Amino acid sequence: MNDITRTDVLIIGAGPVGLFAVFELGLYDLKCHLIDILDRPGGQCAELYPEKPIYDIPAWPEISGQGLVEKLMEQIKPFGPQFTFNRMVSSLEKLDNGSFRVTTDENEVFEAKVVVIAAGGGSFQPKRPPIPGIEAFEDKCVFYSVRHREMFAGEDLLVVGGGDSALDWTLNLQPIAKSLTLVHRRPEFRAAPDSVNKMLALRDQGKLTFQMGQVTALHGDNGQLTGATVKSPDGDVEISCTRLLPFFGLTMKLGPIADWGINLHENLIPVDTEKFETSEKGIFAVGDINWYPGKLKLILSGFHEVALMAQAAKRICNPDEKIVFQYTTSSTSLQKKLGVR
Amino acid sequence: MTKITVIAFDGTRYDIDAENGSTVMENAIKHSVPGIEAECGGACACATCHVYVDEKWTDTVGEPEAMEEDMLDFAYDVQPNSRLSCQIKVSDALDGLVVRVPERQA
Repeated sequence: MNDITRTDVLIIGAGPVGLFAVFELGLYDLKCHLIDILDRPGGQCAELYPEKPIYDIPAWPEISGQGLVEKLMEQIKPFGPQFTFNRMVSSLEKLDNGSFRVTTDENEVFEAKVVVIAAGGGSFQPKRPPIPGIEAFEDKCVFYSVRHREMFAGEDLLVVGGGDSALDWTLNLQPIAKSLTLVHRRPEFRAAPDSVNKMLALRDQGKLTFQMGQVTALHGDNGQLTGATVKSPDGDVEISCTRLLPFFGLTMKLGPIADWGINLHENLIPVDTEKFETSEKGIFAVGDINWYPGKLKLILSGFHEVALMAQAAKRICNPDEKIVFQYTTSSTSLQKKLGVR
Repeated sequence: MTKITVIAFDGTRYDIDAENGSTVMENAIKHSVPGIEAECGGACACATCHVYVDEKWTDTVGEPEAMEEDMLDFAYDVQPNSRLSCQIKVSDALDGLVVRVPERQA
């Protein structure tokens, strides 16, 4: 068995609400560890709209998604939260002693007295391009990410997309592939100009093919890919390929949460409005992922929810301690925790 | 109010009185037009409010900006008249606008 990381509270999702949970829990001396599938904190604020202004954060007439994340990181710094990025929580089980064991998709194991699901719209996962029948080829010949580069050696590769992932992997895999074709729907790319220039140089040397167009059909039997049809400005083009790597950005999926034995309501997690606890004692759900009568998917609402949740979490973690409600403006002990005194 | 029409993939017409300054996506969502998902809520950060602008209207509506073109890379069956409906702002000039919802969103 792997080493077990122990913490008071395991937070699934490092979006704005998960981050602020660290603050409210920290005021009650609870240590937090956050796990997120992205490679940085911020969730949708960081991934979907880092530059977009948000107008409904109290006392911030206007703040960008990324700006809000940076402020939250600054605010929770005194509590020393631990982060594990690029991981999806794959399983959650209750142990006999009442605490929880959480395992990631890379088999890291965590144990916590309380679990807080702050997973927003679900985990960000690669988007499946809308090509009919693509499911049949997935994990055999169609891959949405490259975990083991050698798997693509000696293959006829078809890479689809115009962003950094598509161009980076084109450049990375071209030397080991038998052949490589890059398909993108237009001559402009989102990827870094340097990568695009390198790709075009390889094309000019005849080391790869660039085909403008959109993949409309895949060919092959029993999950074994033999070719693809590309709809180009000059009509349909048939391309021979044995591996397809489509890079179509990220989308949000509920993921394995559905398998954890928690009651769900249309892919949301019903909670009470006193503690924001799920059907399972000790597991809380806050922010966009939860549901209760009158629920609004606002960052503001998530902030409120974590303040109430923190009290209930404290009772579970330290059942013998009396909870004293205090204000950060006047409490010496809270100010010490915040490092301002 | 400006009249716009959103035609769902099954051919159902949604004739909508739209407020100037609102986006076509917001109006489609308000009237529950099937096939407009708008996963990102209008931030031009996904491609799930993709529509085809009726040929008679493409010039008036205009071309997508660079960021929208980037997002259209993720859409399904992109055509020269493809737009993201969250980036089309309703105005008097668009009175009578017709857009069609594609077979699927990405």
